[in-house]
Amino acid sequence: MVPVSYYVALSAILFTIGALGVLIRRNAIIIFMSIELMLNAGNLLFVTFARSFEQLSGQVFVFFVIAVAAAEVAVGLALIVAVFKSKQSIDIDEVSNLRG
Amino acid sequence: MQFELFDLAPLLVILPVIGLLVNILIGDRVGERGIGWIASLAAGLTFVVSLLLFFALQGHHEGATVPFLEWIRIGEFNVGWNFRVDTLSNTMMLVVSGVGTLIHIYAAGYMHYDVRYKGDPHSYKRFFIYLNLFIAAMMILVSADNYLMLFVGWEGVGLCSFLLIGFWFTKNPDGTDGHSNSNAAKKAFIANRVGDFGFLMGMFTMFWAFGSLNFGDVLGHGAVEHVSEGTILAITLFFLLGVAGKSAQIPLYVWLPDAMAGPTPVSALIHAATMVTAGVYLVARSAPLFHASHTAELFVMFTGAGTALFAATIAVAQNDIKKVLAYSTVSQLGFMVAAVGMGAFVAGMFHLVTHAFFKALLFLGSGSVILAVERGHHPLEGDGGHDDHHEDEHHDDDHHEVFDPQDMRNMGGLRKIIPTTYRVYLIGSLALAGIPIFAGFFSKDEILADAFLESQPVYWILTVAAFLTAFYMGRQVLMVFFGKPRTHAAEEAKESPPSMTIPLMILAFLSIFGGLINIPVIHPLTDWIEHTLGHDLVHATKFNWQVAIVSTLLALIAIGISWLIYGRKEIDASQPDPLQRALGPIFIGMRNKWYVDEIYGFLIIRPYERLSSFLAHQVDWTFWHDWFHDSGIAAGFRGLANFLANPVDLGVIDGIANGLARATKGSASALRLLQTGFVRNYALMVFLGVVAILSFLIFR
Repeated sequence: MVPVSYYVALSAILFTIGALGVLIRRNAIIIFMSIELMLNAGNLLFVTFARSFEQLSGQVFVFFVIAVAAAEVAVGLALIVAVFKSKQSIDIDEVSNLRG
Repeated sequence: MQFELFDLAPLLVILPVIGLLVNILIGDRVGERGIGWIASLAAGLTFVVSLLLFFALQGHHEGATVPFLEWIRIGEFNVGWNFRVDTLSNTMMLVVSGVGTLIHIYAAGYMHYDVRYKGDPHSYKRFFIYLNLFIAAMMILVSADNYLMLFVGWEGVGLCSFLLIGFWFTKNPDGTDGHSNSNAAKKAFIANRVGDFGFLMGMFTMFWAFGSLNFGDVLGHGAVEHVSEGTILAITLFFLLGVAGKSAQIPLYVWLPDAMAGPTPVSALIHAATMVTAGVYLVARSAPLFHASHTAELFVMFTGAGTALFAATIAVAQNDIKKVLAYSTVSQLGFMVAAVGMGAFVAGMFHLVTHAFFKALLFLGSGSVILAVERGHHPLEGDGGHDDHHEDEHHDDDHHEVFDPQDMRNMGGLRKIIPTTYRVYLIGSLALAGIPIFAGFFSKDEILADAFLESQPVYWILTVAAFLTAFYMGRQVLMVFFGKPRTHAAEEAKESPPSMTIPLMILAFLSIFGGLINIPVIHPLTDWIEHTLGHDLVHATKFNWQVAIVSTLLALIAIGISWLIYGRKEIDASQPDPLQRALGPIFIGMRNKWYVDEIYGFLIIRPYERLSSFLAHQVDWTFWHDWFHDSGIAAGFRGLANFLANPVDLGVIDGIANGLARATKGSASALRLLQTGFVRNYALMVFLGVVAILSFLIFR
């Protein structure tokens, strides 16, 4: 049986990649995907601990996260389409109207 | 409660007040005749009430106190608005309302002309309102039951005197525009103020000593014995100052001659017959007080005697018909004050009554003379009996001419021209001169007889004054009525209408027979007043043949001398007075009133003016305004305000506010650098924040 620490390490690696992707990349789609990566890193941890403690509530949470993520994707993609329509680009640095 | 006649007493004041209110309300609608009727009716009804009270007193000699209103009540101190009806106050009521009524009727005729000569017919109403107000105030004075109420009347008549002296307040006595009349009114008011100060101080002292101002408490049996003689002396001397102001005695008499600026009925009513006798009434009323201090009596007596002689000498040399009478009034008031001062209260009151008759008669007669001459000089339309040429000549420019209708040098020979006035005037003069059977003889003689027993110096002073009285009255009658008319105006003089001559005739009748009220042997007035003052203070004076013969002879000699000087040969209007040759500088002194006004001016008025100018310019303006206010308060305040405005407000307060703003602005501009607009930066911040919070939670 694969020890729990492996799952946790994998989850940490996934989350770090996602976080770095959000912080470093300028393409909105990529950032989006990185966010999904971080969410799924979380999901992995939920599932891992649900199994190791034999409690179903962790798995139920994952369903909720997936459902919310689906909704978020719908909104986020709509936003990206809207940004593209006005800026002819999805470069996130172009969207800096609020700069002080 | 049974109704008594005494309960009518408040009507004495209410009736004249109603009269003046009616005149105020409807006077403009009823015309001159109506105004005169209303005012005279109010005064006449007051006289009727006085008469009813007189009859009420016949049954109850002790009199009555009629409570009307409660006025002041502080602890034990109680001053009520109570009317006192007794034989003494009733005597005054009868004189005031009786003579007052006659003068009202006379004034209804006189003022008809006067308002036209002064060019202001609308003043007719005002005159009678004042006149009724005066009657009301005088009635308060004489019917008071305590000194405070008496003082209300005392001030009330002073006010009316002021208003009526200054009745033509925009004019001079000769009719030109100026301030002489209003100045005379102010002089009277201020001189009386000095006297009122004395009265007030007397009342304060009395309250301190007796704890009450009611006549009953102060003058009742034995009340004075509980108070030291020094206190009594203080009270009475303060009262004497009040008397000197109101009754025109030395040293405050100077206002009375100037008061002749008022219309002649006013001179007769206020400044001869009634108001000026208030001082005599006050002394007679306070008889137990004055009797308790021999020193006070001496002061009062010599003040009166001195005034009697002093004023008589001035009267000798006056040319103004009313000024002669004015100084004569001062002199006769001196007789009365001397009488009440020597304890002859009845003689003083007796002379007060007869003097009211004949002096009112003389003043009203002089008014008739003045009016006759004025109408001769400058006939009004509708007067008739003059040629048109004369009117054209004088009608318009008349007020600019120098013609004094009161100057006796402009008269002469009026005996044939205005015979009625002449006859009554002659009666008044004989009464004043003290010729037997006339009223003045009996009253003056009683004073002289009392003085003869009491104090020889005073007797001789008064005798000389009586001699001078006869002389100046002889001079006046001769200058006015005898000889030939000295001016055109005197030739054209016109007799006055019946509304004026009928009161004169009544007064003439009283001047002849007024002496009967205290005729020797029977002494009705003495018995009458004894009911109030008690027989300790009142004694019937025996008729003194020696005194009577001496005074009569002296009066006749004085009249004879006046005839030798003024009657024997014609006097020209412009020639100097024949007496001047005989007396020289003494006459100049008399004519100029012994320069008393000038001396007062030098001693009191000029220093006072200098003091007030010093106070105004130096103290008030330079010190108080310039230095204290401008340099002190204003500059100090400006300095403080500057300090508060610049360093405090601009520096500290604004510093705080601006500093706050600058700090906010600085921190904001520093912080705004964080707002890069790059989503990644914000995300990094969130990330670092989460890391920081988690590290804190984990490692704490």
